[in-house]
Amino acid sequence: MTSAARRRPYGVKGAPYGFLIPATILFALFFALPIGYAVYLSFRKVHVSGLGLGSGARKEVWAGVENYTDALTDSELTHGALRVLGYGCIVVPVMLGLALLFALMLDSERVRLAPFTRLAIFLPYAVPGVVAALMWGFLYLPDVSPFYYVLEKLHLPQPDLLDGGPLYLAMSNIAVWGGTGFNMIVIYTSLRSIPAEVYEAARLDGATPLQTALRIKIPMVAPSLVLTFFFSIIATLQVFNEPTTLKPLTNSLPLTWSPLMTVYQDAFRKGDIYQAAAEAVIIAVVTLVMSFGFLRAANRRQKQEATR
Amino acid sequence: MSSLAVREAPPAAGTTGAIRNRPPLRRRIALVPTLTLVLGAVYTLLPVAWVVVASTKSGSELFSTFTFLPGTGFADNIRQLDAYRDGVYWTWMGNSALYAGLGALLSTCVSALSGYALAIYRFRGREALFNILLAGVLMPPIILAVPQYLLLAKADLTDSYLSVLLPQILSPYGVYLARIYASAAVPTDVVEAGRMDGAGEWRIFTRVALPMMVPGLVTVFLFQFVAVWNNFLLPYIMLSDDEKFPITLGLYTLLEQGSNQPALYTLVITGAFLAVLPLIALFLVIQRFWSLDLLSGAVKS
Repeated sequence: MTSAARRRPYGVKGAPYGFLIPATILFALFFALPIGYAVYLSFRKVHVSGLGLGSGARKEVWAGVENYTDALTDSELTHGALRVLGYGCIVVPVMLGLALLFALMLDSERVRLAPFTRLAIFLPYAVPGVVAALMWGFLYLPDVSPFYYVLEKLHLPQPDLLDGGPLYLAMSNIAVWGGTGFNMIVIYTSLRSIPAEVYEAARLDGATPLQTALRIKIPMVAPSLVLTFFFSIIATLQVFNEPTTLKPLTNSLPLTWSPLMTVYQDAFRKGDIYQAAAEAVIIAVVTLVMSFGFLRAANRRQKQEATR
Repeated sequence: MSSLAVREAPPAAGTTGAIRNRPPLRRRIALVPTLTLVLGAVYTLLPVAWVVVASTKSGSELFSTFTFLPGTGFADNIRQLDAYRDGVYWTWMGNSALYAGLGALLSTCVSALSGYALAIYRFRGREALFNILLAGVLMPPIILAVPQYLLLAKADLTDSYLSVLLPQILSPYGVYLARIYASAAVPTDVVEAGRMDGAGEWRIFTRVALPMMVPGLVTVFLFQFVAVWNNFLLPYIMLSDDEKFPITLGLYTLLEQGSNQPALYTLVITGAFLAVLPLIALFLVIQRFWSLDLLSGAVKS
């Protein structure tokens, strides 16, 4: 804003638009345009005429909803979705349960080592998912893992952690390890903002610490629980780094374990960007529908509680 | 303001009176919460401890000695990592620092500008613009990354530093946080007073509002730094030249090759250990500035 803007009143009016120019340009180039392009591609396909030889033989044509019907009947994508559903059913409750538990423990009176343990539990947030999967991946390998060493010494059965059912637990563990600390901090920060008078009243009524936690603390941090739940679900749907990193360590992990991996395979290994675009659009729509549905339900609940 | 750094609230009055009659042990230390937290810390530190120990082992020790027994090969492992493809590992670390540092800096600038504008001004289309930006948070990275790759390929920009840097500058979450922080930290009276004194909008922003927004912007910077540093999908799709890889992608390719030659495993482990060090150091140093109030403030509104 130059000196001209300083004197004229419309400088104030124009200023916010000026401030928002960088964000708008970046949004147009790296969000709106790619999304639009993906939607466009998802309705296209390559038509091969004859033997597919020569430059004019391969042509891009409209495909209608063909890519979508293919994607929805494609067992890879739907199986991936089911796998991620199972994985999410383990990750989200365990992770948020632990986060809430640790937050409540940090918030309790006369607890020792709180600063150290808080930092330790939060630490995995700073560790990239790839590195986390890599560290745990080695801990799952019988040859180098301390778990197998202990099991062997105790003559206990040694399950293959990178196959079948245990694979879900192994994969979930990585996500729980990585995500608990961050969610704990969110819940803990909102616990600390509960006014002291509330506890005072509870104490005068003779409430035990457990009662205080169940009847006062948990209901009062409900909004932050809702938020962490929401973000955990979105993150779970989009799991990609951990299974991709574990892949080199085991043969029983398909290349299409999660929906995002299927999109990657279709786009860059099979080279069918049209099919991949349709799958990406489906994943985006499912995420959006779930997000809005969930936020709506949460809002409605809050309104009901408020009117009660 | 509570941050990750310790700043416990003073015990409420009446606390001492309430616990005076309890047995002395319980007054001194709450056993169950402390034990639970220690168990939690053991769980989170276990793999890190393992990597630290394993990085000291030579290739043969890794598969033969007890896992938590330190080995003798640490210096050797570092030397091998350093020698691997003419020290490409250090290039990866440098690349990650560049992507995350520069990316987070640019991202913070854009977030500060947008957050301030959205918080302070009343203008047509404000909420619509904000909601559209926010919807970006919900977009799965894959629906962005695949077409981004195809579009950048048309501009001949794939497999370049820019292809990883540019798509990560606009962070919807950063804009959101900056807006929340600006509306809490920058009073409209101050902006008005600046106008009365004849200062232009840009001057008010840079001289008056920006200093007030610094604590919030530090948080935005750190969030974005960690997000870019940890990102794997975007460089995985964009890059093929390993001289441009960030550390996450570099370690992944090393692991992938390791499945054929287990001798590389010690390199992967040593590399993983060195890769977590900078971020942990960063956290320990700046945790006192890392205000997570912002997050809970965001939760409450």
